[in-house]
Amino acid sequence: MSVADNGRPVAAGFWGDTGKSGIRSWIFSTDHKRIGLLYLYSVLGFFLVGVILGLLLRIELMAPGRTIMGAQTYNAVFTVHGVVMIFLFIIPGIPASFGNLVMPIQIGARDVAFPKLNLFSWWLYAIGAVIVLTSLFSGGGAPDTGWTFYVPFSARTGTNVSLAVFGVFVLGFSSILTGINFITTIHRLRAKGMGWGRLPLFVWSLYATAWVQVLATPIIAITLVLVIAERVLGAGLFDPGRGGDPIMFQHLFWIYSHPAVYIMILPAMGVVSEIIPVFSRKPIFGYKMIAISSIAIAGAGSLVWGHHMYTSGMSDRAVMVFSFLTFLVAIPSAIKVFNWVSTLYKGSISLEAPMLFALSFILLFSIGGLSGLVLGAAATDVHVHDTHFVVGHFHYVMFGGTGFAFFGAAHYWLPKYYGRRYREKPALVGWALMFVGFNITYFTMQVLGIRGMPRRYYDYLPEFANLNLVATVGSWILALGLIIMIVNLWRGLFWGEPFGENPWGGATLEWTIATPPPTENFEEDPVVTHGPYDFKKGVGIP
Amino acid sequence: MSHSEHKDNVGAKLGMWLFLFTELLLFGGLFILYAVYLERYPHEFSLAGRELNVVFGTVNTVVLLTSSLFAAMAVTAVKRGERGTTLALLGGTLGCAAIFLVIKYFEWSAKIHHGIFPGSSRLLAGAPGESVFFSLYYITTGLHGVHVVIGGAILSWIGARVKRGTLNAGDNVALENGTLYWHLVDLVWIFIFPLYYLIL
Repeated sequence: MSVADNGRPVAAGFWGDTGKSGIRSWIFSTDHKRIGLLYLYSVLGFFLVGVILGLLLRIELMAPGRTIMGAQTYNAVFTVHGVVMIFLFIIPGIPASFGNLVMPIQIGARDVAFPKLNLFSWWLYAIGAVIVLTSLFSGGGAPDTGWTFYVPFSARTGTNVSLAVFGVFVLGFSSILTGINFITTIHRLRAKGMGWGRLPLFVWSLYATAWVQVLATPIIAITLVLVIAERVLGAGLFDPGRGGDPIMFQHLFWIYSHPAVYIMILPAMGVVSEIIPVFSRKPIFGYKMIAISSIAIAGAGSLVWGHHMYTSGMSDRAVMVFSFLTFLVAIPSAIKVFNWVSTLYKGSISLEAPMLFALSFILLFSIGGLSGLVLGAAATDVHVHDTHFVVGHFHYVMFGGTGFAFFGAAHYWLPKYYGRRYREKPALVGWALMFVGFNITYFTMQVLGIRGMPRRYYDYLPEFANLNLVATVGSWILALGLIIMIVNLWRGLFWGEPFGENPWGGATLEWTIATPPPTENFEEDPVVTHGPYDFKKGVGIP
Repeated sequence: MSHSEHKDNVGAKLGMWLFLFTELLLFGGLFILYAVYLERYPHEFSLAGRELNVVFGTVNTVVLLTSSLFAAMAVTAVKRGERGTTLALLGGTLGCAAIFLVIKYFEWSAKIHHGIFPGSSRLLAGAPGESVFFSLYYITTGLHGVHVVIGGAILSWIGARVKRGTLNAGDNVALENGTLYWHLVDLVWIFIFPLYYLIL
């Protein structure tokens, strides 16, 4: 473990010799840390693709009428932006990358329960991604249905929906296998003394997420199979002309896709629950309630899918039930927010990069959550359904929430795995630009939506022009912040100052081992003697 | 896990059970559609259901239950260290799977021969509920058939391991898990059979 100050390589740890050479030591590795990094680079790559598509969309919407692309291209771009961001970035995002990197170490394990299955999951992810990308350039061209693949349009459009849908099916399989792996790992491989009451909250959130992955994903799988059956066999199960019912597609689609937003947000909440106590130098407030609220969100969140369908023609009674259940989900979400804020209270707060991302998560998620209540109430939803208000809302929770938590996790954990750290000042500049640009872009979208601008429209009325211009300029500020942040991370992790074992002063197990972690994490199996946020007692290995 | 190879049979079975949940939910989506459309078209479902051949369905149910019995016996046999018996019983399971698929093939061909398949002119001309019934029938039994093939492939691979001796009395969790999967295939059929062949 030689740490040199002159910019030469920091000691190897799991980066060291594995007996395989070059790329093979990565794409055939069963080490959870290497698989975590494989996922990290894959999802980041697709994130950047999604960002570029999003920027193109904003440029097109900068002014009324045609700006840079035709209407059909616009339809394809917003579809692919959604598919890439949802299925290739944000669903696998935190659980598969940081979950793999951190979770086994946090519970004191040497790896996940099924290391080979873990590698297989990444391969399925890669294969699914290739299939989705192939669909863009083959058959009838890129899908133009929106990421929701709603029938009847998705059953009839000439674009290559079947292949794209099949790719998403494969990605779902990958997600299921990760979920199974994590549940089994958390049940079976906790170190001695690591009881359920000492589980770090990030692990609790991954546990809740994994159950949603296991229980909800099969429904999207069968739904996508049925879309293919509609297109290839002419099954007619969703075709009113043949006795089918398109609303059944929407039900089946959202039975998965609503719980899926908790696959996206729960791990992000876990990240925030790790960062806030460490940078407040104070044990987390309400550990039990935060842990239970993760499970409660996963449970209640599985029963609210109908709030995507208030205007679909579903019965009014169902609308009321779904609206009521939707409001219930706000309770465990608010419990988390209040507990984080109480943790900050009288803490010794240090505003370093991970903390800034975590704090902005709280603010942005709260804005997104509250605008979600506007949509959850049937009476108001009817007016803003399918407008830019919805687009603003889910970007607040998904990007402002999960995205910012993802980058918070990157600043918090990646130095531990690379043995080097980024520079603080550019990190702050990057964060500030992202935060400002983000709010300019998406808050403006919410205002546009309230004023009546529909989503997914290629053209719009002249009175929306000014605000659209503002949102587009905001997206450039956001992109500039992203570039600064990523370049700073990249330079720092490969060439930056060495990063010690535990500079942040964390009390979870990953901070008790060497930097970078050795191949099997622990020299000896750890024995846990205190809770994950028990900063006074210090490290966990006696 | 390069140098501390560890075996966790309880973990392996836990993982398998979780996977079986996902399979049940996969078919669950189709059963939801069945329930909704049955409620909407009770009369058409009843008429269409009577066109299915109860004899084929019953024989296939018996064949599949027998195959599951063989699979369960194979687990006991391997735990007793009886390699030959294990292989014979697995062979029995695979034989039953083959019989099941052959019968399914004749059943489907007969239906298709009579002009009953998704998008056929006969169904297009008939009542909408009937077309929905047969589309669901083909997709559900087709997906189940795919699972029979996958289960057969898994059990063949396991049989090869038993033959090589890498799966034996000491280490047989793969056989237990493979058998669990096979019971799932059986279980799903136990729901398909009454819903499509008997109660309508």
